[in-house]
Amino acid sequence: MPWFTRPKPKTETPPAQGERRVRTEGLWLKCEGCRQIIWRKALEQNLHVCPKCGYHFKIDAVTRLRQLLDGDWETYDDSMVSTDPLEFVDAKPYKERLAAMRQATNLNDAVISAGGTLNGRPVYICVLELKFIGGSMGAVVGEKITRAIERAMARRIPLIIVSASGGARMQEGAVSLMQMAKISAALMRLDEARVPYISVLTDPTTGGVTASFAMLGDLNIAEPGALIGFAGPRVIEQTIRQKLPEGFQRSEFLLKNGMLDAVVPRPQLKQFISKALDFFCGPVAA
Amino acid sequence: MSDTALQPPAPGETNIAWQRVQLARHPKRPHSLDYVQRLFTDFHEIHGDRRFGDDPAIVCGMAFFEGRPIMIAAQQKGRDTKQKLYRNFGMPKPEGYRKALRVMQLAAKFGRPILTLLDTPGAYPGIDAEERGQAEAIASNLREMARLRSPVIVICIGEGGSGGALALGVGNRVYMLENAIYSVISPESCAAIIYRDAKLAERAAAALKLTAQDLYRLGLIDGIIPEPGEGAHTDWDAAAAMVRETLRKALDELTPLSPEELVQQRFEKFRRMGNFFTE
Ligand SMILES: [Zn+2]
Repeated sequence: MPWFTRPKPKTETPPAQGERRVRTEGLWLKCEGCRQIIWRKALEQNLHVCPKCGYHFKIDAVTRLRQLLDGDWETYDDSMVSTDPLEFVDAKPYKERLAAMRQATNLNDAVISAGGTLNGRPVYICVLELKFIGGSMGAVVGEKITRAIERAMARRIPLIIVSASGGARMQEGAVSLMQMAKISAALMRLDEARVPYISVLTDPTTGGVTASFAMLGDLNIAEPGALIGFAGPRVIEQTIRQKLPEGFQRSEFLLKNGMLDAVVPRPQLKQFISKALDFFCGPVAA
Repeated sequence: MSDTALQPPAPGETNIAWQRVQLARHPKRPHSLDYVQRLFTDFHEIHGDRRFGDDPAIVCGMAFFEGRPIMIAAQQKGRDTKQKLYRNFGMPKPEGYRKALRVMQLAAKFGRPILTLLDTPGAYPGIDAEERGQAEAIASNLREMARLRSPVIVICIGEGGSGGALALGVGNRVYMLENAIYSVISPESCAAIIYRDAKLAERAAAALKLTAQDLYRLGLIDGIIPEPGEGAHTDWDAAAAMVRETLRKALDELTPLSPEELVQQRFEKFRRMGNFFTE
């Protein structure tokens, strides 16, 4: 189903499939969409979209920034670390969980706040990192995004937020919950200032993230096949005690129900955002 | 009511989070309309979101408080089985949130203050609610409540169930009744996630810091309204009288503010929430 264009020509030929068990592990992988075996290199060259079926693999925040920005970027508020306001303990203390996550992801919390250029235009961009406690939003994510909004407003530079999140972070309780209101209030001011904000919803975007900034873009656009909703599918199944219909809460379902402006395949995402910003702001100053 | 009534109790008291959860959900606890009946005159309900339907889980209407006009938007639970089903157990759908926003904007247009009452286990998690944009409805309310150019007073009277409650919760003043709870997730769901056992909700309730005292200490609410006796369920009239004092004081404080000052004060209050990080 080649509805996208390959951004880069293939430069290497895949090794023969029979060799894969003998040779390097992880050179091949199975597509979660079509169940076919695909060459990892080909997948990477195709922005982590299955060359056979178009399935969008999850990508980390740094990869996302590399795909959307022209080159290097500056980051903001990197050093911010949660102080664990609830002194929350589950299987292990939240403080230890945070430390382990910092180790594993090389990030201090679940969002990267960056500034760079997109097709030559300066933009601020926040990308949620799903690998960091499910991309969940606590005080640090809330504050970093709010500051990014304020930075965009002060300098009149467009804002992009790429969501991948399970929602508000349970371990910070009502503090997390109130970040939804804090960010939404800041977006009200950005809206009044008429600075563009584009929300990109990726797989998965649920809970308090969907129910706040992810649905408040001047444009809300999603990657194909992303799970997007307020309540998680399991919660809904438990409530209504029946199986959910095929495709429920996927991007295409939301598009059909009028909840998204567009579903944009990853290879066209940068161009789509670029054209939207041209539309809102005029061409980039030379 | 003295100012001390709005202060949290002294620290060091035993953790009674689970008792408060049970009181917040007590079958005899007064619901929104029980307060409306006791606090206001000439309450006239306004229905519908003018988009899709009318959600009985949120009751809106015009009323007078000691002679002053005030708009009400309140989450409403039912008491008997029939009422519970009619009110969908107090779980609003998108049309409920959109109705609430519509009437709040209507009030603001005419400079009328707004009172919202929070009492819901959460926004309804169902197929139809998702189809009609539950997340979008909540998100829009959060942003648009921040923009309202008239006083907004929020009182959590029972269960403040996550985003479903917060969707009516962006106020210049936010109070909780003494035995109300306000949480990002229900203790049962939290227990199912962290202990893999919903029966351990008691422990989760304590871990979540969801009592009025907890939220006050975290700087997330402006005050706590005391309850009579063993809780609001023991004396509805007395509970309403305590709400009345707080509402009067809040209205007196907010009425002199200009629309710009109201928007600014509300913004700054939420902007400061959650300074729990090092840099
Ligand atoms: Zn595939």
